[in-house]
Amino acid sequence: MSVPVLEMKGVTKAFGDTEVLRGIDLAVEEHRAVALIGASGSGKSTLLRCADLLEEIDDGDILLDGEVITDPSVDKVVVRRRLGLVFQAYNLFPHMTVLENVVLGEVRAHGVPRAQAEERGRELLARFGLADRERDRPDSLSGGQQQRVAMVRAFASRPRALLLDEVTSALDPELVGDVLEAIRDLKGEGVTMMLATHEMGFAREVADSVAFLHEGRIVEIGPPEQVLGDPQQPETQRFLRRLRL
Amino acid sequence: MLVLGGLAALVVTSPGWPAVQETFFSWKAIKSSFPDVLGGFWLDVKMFVIVEVVVLILGLVIALVRTSTSPALFPFRLIATVYTDLFRGIPTILLVYLVGFGIPALQLSGLPTNPVVLGGIALSLSYSAYVAEVYRAGIASIHRSQRDAALALGLTPSRALRHVILPQAIRRVGPPLLNDFISLQKDVALISILGPQEAFRIAEITAASTFNYSPLIAAAVLYLAVTVPMARLVDRLGGQSGVKA
Repeated sequence: MSVPVLEMKGVTKAFGDTEVLRGIDLAVEEHRAVALIGASGSGKSTLLRCADLLEEIDDGDILLDGEVITDPSVDKVVVRRRLGLVFQAYNLFPHMTVLENVVLGEVRAHGVPRAQAEERGRELLARFGLADRERDRPDSLSGGQQQRVAMVRAFASRPRALLLDEVTSALDPELVGDVLEAIRDLKGEGVTMMLATHEMGFAREVADSVAFLHEGRIVEIGPPEQVLGDPQQPETQRFLRRLRL
Repeated sequence: MLVLGGLAALVVTSPGWPAVQETFFSWKAIKSSFPDVLGGFWLDVKMFVIVEVVVLILGLVIALVRTSTSPALFPFRLIATVYTDLFRGIPTILLVYLVGFGIPALQLSGLPTNPVVLGGIALSLSYSAYVAEVYRAGIASIHRSQRDAALALGLTPSRALRHVILPQAIRRVGPPLLNDFISLQKDVALISILGPQEAFRIAEITAASTFNYSPLIAAAVLYLAVTVPMARLVDRLGGQSGVKA
């Protein structure tokens, strides 16, 4: 078996006295999508933030392409350049245009010449239905458009894996579809991803495996039809039952 | 308007008004002293521009040091904190005295003795401490998620600061910075204590020699000619950023 793109080994993380992650073991193989589901506060977002080294883990290891990235001697900046993270609240840069948002990482982190970055940025924006918005400021866009810009921004440098943190949770229901379509599109292209989501239908459709987090532990993991269709653990059953109500 | 009109009427009809009008608002005295006062006012303007540039740069450096988090910079943070506490806490007029008379009294070679330069240094010390705190407030007002987004793109912390945080912070503090500029433009008159022939000083000398205070009014009008347009600019900027915030 090949080396997973992303791998967590016994990852723990506490904020003060609150243990948010209590020993997470998880692997994301190349071209696969792993969906993290679970109640708010179950540790999904923290896990993604730890993977992108925005939070420091307390114990365990996180590996990217087989290399431990949570070692103190590893340059966090260089690791982050190999990953893409999309936030729930988009976090676009309000003082820049859409295109400037998209090329910032390419130009300032990857040293891509601006003209080249812009050309690629335009292509990606067009692909996600944003061709005519490149000169606009983010706050003049709808939530769904902003989130697609954020996805383009995170994907512009072709990261090894895309980390999606509840990217549809802040959106009005009628805007969710476009963003899910964009994820579907990237998945179809073979982009490796780890996504925290509340959209069970979508997790079932796009994910190759689903991990159910409960109080900082992965209680159940497996193919979506199993975890979502025929959960074995009582916590998973309870969580899914409550969602269906 | 009504209140102002009433007050004006009260002043103009007061028993002492003819004497006051003659001593403070003598058109003849204003006119004859105006060229000299205006000549002195150029020194104020030059002083203002130079000190302002120094203050903007020095204030930013101090603010950046104070907002830094690296343990290695701790001694600098301490110095910056003491600096702002000290120079913000001492009345500007006292600083002008201390620097203007204290430094030459040391009789050390290499230190400036020109009162204009010394006055400029005193004003720079005082205002850079104020402006540093304005910058710092602006930097603190930019949400942490903006930094996260920049880091997630693979930017180094200093590039995140330069391209994402500072541009937004500086935009946000434009109006309060301009407020401090207005204040500085007026406080330039304080260097008259040290002897330089700036507008207030010349007006004062003329007033003393003619027993008529009208030249002071001429100086006041000149200050207003600069500060009022700046105040309108503050209003306009405030209105703009209000829409965005």
